Amino acid sequence: MSSGRITPRMRPAKERICDFEEVSLGYTEEEAVAEASRCLLCGACVKGCPVGIDIPGFIKAIQEKDFKRGYQIIKKNNLLPAICGRVCPQETQCEAMCILGKKGDPINIGALERFLADHYADESIPRINENGHKAAVVGSGPGGLTAAFELRRAGFQVTVYEALHELGGVLKYGIPGFRLPDDVVDREIETLKKMGVEFLTSFLIGKTLTIDELLQKNDAVLIATGAGLPGYLGIPGENGIGVLLANELLTRVNLMKAYDFPRYDTPVISGKKIVVIGGGNVAMDTARVSRRMGADVVICYRREEKDMPARLEERHHAKEEGIDFQVLTNPVEILLNDEGRVRGMVVERMKITGVADDGRSRIASTKETFEMETDLVVEAIGQSPNKIIRENVEKLEFDKKGRIVVDENLKTTKDNVWAAGDIVSGAATVILAMGEAKEAARAIVEKFGG
Amino acid sequence: MRNTIVSKENLSEDVCSFIVEHPEIASHYEPGQFVIVRVHEKGERIPLTIVDADPEKGTIRLVVQGVGLTSKLMNQMKAGDRLIDLLGPLGRPFHFPADAKKGLFVGGGLGIAPLYPKVKHFEGERHVTLGAKDASHLILQKEMKAASFRLTLCTDDGSLGEKGLVTHAMQRLFDSGESFDFCVAIGPLVMMKAVVEANKALGLPTFVSLNPIMVDGTGMCGGCRFEYDGEVKFACVDGPVFDGFKVNFHDLLVRSRQYEKHECRALEHYREKKSKKESL
Ligand SMILES: Cc1cc2nc3c(=O)[nH]c(=O)nc-3n(C[C@H](O)[C@H](O)[C@H](O)COP(=O)(O)OP(=O)(O)OC[C@H]3O[C@@H](n4cnc5c(N)ncnc54)[C@H](O)[C@@H]3O)c2cc1C
Ligand code: FES
Repeated sequence: MSSGRITPRMRPAKERICDFEEVSLGYTEEEAVAEASRCLLCGACVKGCPVGIDIPGFIKAIQEKDFKRGYQIIKKNNLLPAICGRVCPQETQCEAMCILGKKGDPINIGALERFLADHYADESIPRINENGHKAAVVGSGPGGLTAAFELRRAGFQVTVYEALHELGGVLKYGIPGFRLPDDVVDREIETLKKMGVEFLTSFLIGKTLTIDELLQKNDAVLIATGAGLPGYLGIPGENGIGVLLANELLTRVNLMKAYDFPRYDTPVISGKKIVVIGGGNVAMDTARVSRRMGADVVICYRREEKDMPARLEERHHAKEEGIDFQVLTNPVEILLNDEGRVRGMVVERMKITGVADDGRSRIASTKETFEMETDLVVEAIGQSPNKIIRENVEKLEFDKKGRIVVDENLKTTKDNVWAAGDIVSGAATVILAMGEAKEAARAIVEKFGG
Repeated sequence: MRNTIVSKENLSEDVCSFIVEHPEIASHYEPGQFVIVRVHEKGERIPLTIVDADPEKGTIRLVVQGVGLTSKLMNQMKAGDRLIDLLGPLGRPFHFPADAKKGLFVGGGLGIAPLYPKVKHFEGERHVTLGAKDASHLILQKEMKAASFRLTLCTDDGSLGEKGLVTHAMQRLFDSGESFDFCVAIGPLVMMKAVVEANKALGLPTFVSLNPIMVDGTGMCGGCRFEYDGEVKFACVDGPVFDGFKVNFHDLLVRSRQYEKHECRALEHYREKKSKKESL
């Protein structure tokens, strides 16, 4: 038994910042077995998994080299293991509970999950007994895809409506290919298509069709429209040329392939020195995308690095790629030149004044300001739900933050309408969206029969 | 089938009118709304105003002036071709002020097509003033004539109607003692800005329809944002029609230049590709 945690091989930083190919190469069989063999199979990790995967079960299967069984164990609770293995914040979930982590390094559960999903996925289609009911799913992010799978498996005729021209939600337009390749997501969508799920893209529910119209044609409607509305700082200079909200940069690059302009028609404004504001996954992805577009990149975050909500691995990769973390800095003004282009940013230095209830640092301004040199500023400071459905529906209750109000079964206040994912919980995680979608689907199946 | 071009008409050298099939958009459309279009697999997403809709036939009408790469590509499409993506109807519908009896409609160049549905849907007395650089760019004359109580045309070079800018023509209307309950102005930013400034002095409520650079058109990217009445608005979901007095035109003018260089580059690339193909 080896003692230290085995990290999958990564492409060298110098090489990977020149393209959008995946950074982590994943485990070889030998590495996977060696990492699995460190595990004591105590099962503490399961408590940290939002969908309760039998983690010791699949790790034991890897120890025994019964990989197919391992995959099947994961699949019982998680429809999208190839995706979750790559993007779940394991260090705050399953791996945080690992008892090996108390003294040394926790088991690399995410990498093991990905190993099984990449090599031992079973693409067989479940047998479907039509139940004569129809369901509409709004949104094709991880929540919508999971719900579509569960409902179809139970025999519903399922149609997924997606506003964008591509399927996958944040998995496609947000998370870049070097972290989650498009084909990993497409494989899952293909399976759903084979199962007979119908997908309609460029359908904006609320505008192209309303929720009430969907209800006329369906027994149940499940809303999984995510939290796509970007926040902004509200500081002077924000509308200048060279100030983008992260979603615009990510959409242009990931969805519209602006990195390959002019072979693709969509361009993206570029800079030599880019400042990205924020400390979440969106900020990290934006910074790393910008780096790949050839810029020097600085991340400006108002708390300390340990407070950043971004996955640990991404922070680590960002640093390897030469991204400069300027913590305890808070932007106060974006400076523009005569043409209205960004020429710099004024930031104030923050100081730590204590610890907040959630364990993050409490901060306050030192009143000391300085100027950062930059020609492109990208704001990645949080997302909230889009207003389109809200403005075009009746009897559906929303809370102050624009999230749909649901009961413990994810049922909304409107008859035959359920909701799941970021539209219910605010900007959260892939696995939570999937977990909720599964619950909502279960409730729908319960009501109409499977 | 959805997205199929049912028919096409050339309105001028570089302006085409399309009838496109899309029953859902046709039946949900209200004046003021627009669509996002993509014309090929590697294409960008561009906004186009819905000029008209026929819910019974399940079709919408789009008028496209070939200025950028995508609009030029679209104008090469023919009846029977399919738009690869068509999303809508987007934006908020526009409603005229209550009790308005007499409206002044001002359209310039590219703005004439999106102005048309507003003219058509107003039930009071419609005064229309249109301007373009020359006669060939003054599109939709026939429809506008049929829809308006009084139509004034002007061109920069005097090749049709009065010679001069729409604001001059408007001024003559005001000088002759005409008064209106509101004005709708659609055209290049500088034109809308000039109209708004003139009308502000008169206290004539003025609505403008904005057409900034957009990506998704659903409020997701923030690329279409600008300052309005001291707040940030997203033109795609909060508009596209706004109270002109509250619009910060300076912001919009600056932001409209963001991709100037890229647009030229895209067109160059396209021409190179085309000439390579032709020389093969
Ligand atoms: C850049 C970025 C990086 C992230 N990184 C991670 C990570 O590493 N790990 C992690 O766990 N989470 C991460 N997240 C968060 C995670 O992606 C989300 O929590 C998750 O995608 C939510 O899933 P969802 O299905 O609720 O919504 P989404 O994935 O947002 O999907 C919603 C879909 O609905 C569509 N839609 C919206 N409105 C309508 C409408 N009216 N009609 C039709 N369709 C509509 C949208 O276009 C979209 O495709 C990241 C998010 C971003 C933006
Ligand atoms: S076009 Fe993206 S938010 Fe308006």
